[in-house]
Amino acid sequence: MKMIIKGGRVIDPARDIDETMDLLIEDGAIAACGRLGEGAVDGAEVIEATGKWVVPGLIDVHTHLREPGQEEKEDIGSGARAAVAGGFTAIAAMANTVPPVDNRPLVEYVLNRGRVANAARVYPIGAVSKGLKGEELAELADMAEGGAIAFSDDGKPVMNAELMRLALQYAQMLNRPVIAHEEDRNLFSDGAMHFGYWSSMLGLRGIPAVAEETMVARDLMLAEVTGGHVHIAHVSTARSAALIREAKGRGVKVTAEAAVHHLILTDEAVATSGYDSNTKVNPPLRPQSDVNALREALNDGTIDCLVTDHAPHHEDDKNVEYPLAAFGISGLETALPLLLSELVAKGQLTPARLVTLYSTNPARIFGLPGGTLAEGAPADVTVIDPAALYAVDPRKFYSKGKNTPFAGQVLRGRAVATIVGGQLKMRDGQVLV
Amino acid sequence: MGLKRKDILGLAEMGADEINLILNTGEALKEIIYRPIKKVPTLRGKSIVTLFYESSTRTRTSFELAGKYLSADTTSIATATSAVQKGETLLDTAKNLEAMGFDIFIVRHQSAGAPHFLARNLRASVINAGDGMHEHPTQALLDLLTVRQRFGHIEGLTVTIIGDIFHSRVARSNIWGLTKLGARVRVCGPATLLPPDIERMGVEVYTDLDAALRGADVVNVLRLQLERQQKGLFPTIREYHERWGVTKARLAAAKENVLVMHPGPMNRGVEIDSEVADGDQSTILAQVTNGVAIRMACLYLLLGGGEIA
Repeated sequence: MKMIIKGGRVIDPARDIDETMDLLIEDGAIAACGRLGEGAVDGAEVIEATGKWVVPGLIDVHTHLREPGQEEKEDIGSGARAAVAGGFTAIAAMANTVPPVDNRPLVEYVLNRGRVANAARVYPIGAVSKGLKGEELAELADMAEGGAIAFSDDGKPVMNAELMRLALQYAQMLNRPVIAHEEDRNLFSDGAMHFGYWSSMLGLRGIPAVAEETMVARDLMLAEVTGGHVHIAHVSTARSAALIREAKGRGVKVTAEAAVHHLILTDEAVATSGYDSNTKVNPPLRPQSDVNALREALNDGTIDCLVTDHAPHHEDDKNVEYPLAAFGISGLETALPLLLSELVAKGQLTPARLVTLYSTNPARIFGLPGGTLAEGAPADVTVIDPAALYAVDPRKFYSKGKNTPFAGQVLRGRAVATIVGGQLKMRDGQVLV
Repeated sequence: MGLKRKDILGLAEMGADEINLILNTGEALKEIIYRPIKKVPTLRGKSIVTLFYESSTRTRTSFELAGKYLSADTTSIATATSAVQKGETLLDTAKNLEAMGFDIFIVRHQSAGAPHFLARNLRASVINAGDGMHEHPTQALLDLLTVRQRFGHIEGLTVTIIGDIFHSRVARSNIWGLTKLGARVRVCGPATLLPPDIERMGVEVYTDLDAALRGADVVNVLRLQLERQQKGLFPTIREYHERWGVTKARLAAAKENVLVMHPGPMNRGVEIDSEVADGDQSTILAQVTNGVAIRMACLYLLLGGGEIA
């Protein structure tokens, strides 16, 4: 079983490569990368990639797949298909399901369901605390052995600082990061959007930036004293980024991610959309100054990974009064087109940096296969057409979650082929599994 | 020329010309209230529903009477007796009512944006009768009418709004309306009850009541929700009254002919003393009458009525 991706612009930051080449895939692995002669094509499936980018498969380390328990919003199969539709070869599933993934059998269940789905690779993230209650540590070692790549109570903060300290210490022994959802629940106080001018105008309860920032500061200090690895989830404010930058400079073991929507939209969208609950997300959309700071942090190494924070919801959860609506955006199928249109095409992010943030770094930080097109690496490959037009139509999403504030937009650039383990899973927007 | 919009959701999105049209129409329709037979056939055959998810005496009654004086059929729904108790969503309730043929929905809801949500999903018109901390446009319109009747104009006046600005939809709608018509607006209250970036709405911000009252033409005193104290937003009712309660002595800093307003219901002895509330400068009951006139104007204009010469 051979496949050749011909004549594309191969971008592989792990090896500092950015040039036009062919990619030969054999038995699920990268067999060769270079200018291949006509002979190599014999008997191989050929994917013509002239004018397209050939990059190591994109990896999204922050998604909510809702299974078990909330299959009306999403299941592991629909989530994994949405992932390959959007150009992702691997995704990590957060633990805040019903019941939460806080034990090894559930970790194995998620892995299994991912294998059955046979689309993107699905990696489980285990809960930090039993039942996500923030009181006692879950069985982290057992879950790590079962395949959990990291631990997180995401969706909720770990409010108890002692529990966070213990989690960092224990997870360090297991060589796994703790992913921290940063939000001081007392400062958060039933907010529905960013606390600032627009919340004042709209009369909605606000979530202040400082609710995130004080917790980021706390966890950076806890990581420092424990030597544990903290990965700060969905960084949304300028000061959070500054705190992380400063901690990295001091040698604290911290990595960080930014969600795509926080790089594109501001809190003004709540007003311009007329209280459209698809703009309701946690952390909330922030003002332009924060968006600008995050874009800067993408480029200076403060932010290591891009993520969707894919949070699919059923229509019933969103088609209600704004303060009652669920938080979240269904992001897997729009993330790449948004980044290509709004950042890459406008010169704010180079293609190589995009690949670093969405493939090389996530693979390295979480110890995952992929992240490079080096010979012998698993053949997880995304082919991107930077010129293809993509009209966002939630009805056509593979995800069950149609909740997006980007509906109706026409974006430029998208994935046109997604290859996982040498198998073509998506071609021209059509999922093949 | 009538009102070129389906809904009245807030004053933020309204132009000065539209606001003036409503004020002029309200002024023209007001005389109906004083007739021995308080009924004109203008809206005969139209049906109006008040859908209130929060308690109200003044606003709901005012809308109902406004509809009745114009011969519309009015129905009132309060949450205690509706299907909300059975777990029906806001949208389902509204869609069912729309299917019965209502032309206008008058909505009060504790969630900011709820009337906007309905307006997007209904063909019928929606009037916002107060949504969370967001807007209460008809209250601001009746306040504007009251001020205009006293002074003959709004432009150039100094209006001080005192109290819990943070949680007040009355304050927000008043700020929009007053600034659009050229008044100078001050807001005053404890720092913990001032919303972030409020100065970007074009108002002057005070925490010192005496300074805020100095030279004011109009003082609008907001109701203090006493449960805010329990949430720790200010230490005690006593301290609040001491610092921000409008007393006769403190009112002396304002202009001699200052107009005192309050949207009601009042906490006498907390945000306003009885001496002030019942004093010569108070116009609180005139506000209530103007409320009926303004709501007649809104119903009339939304149902296609034009300017009354």
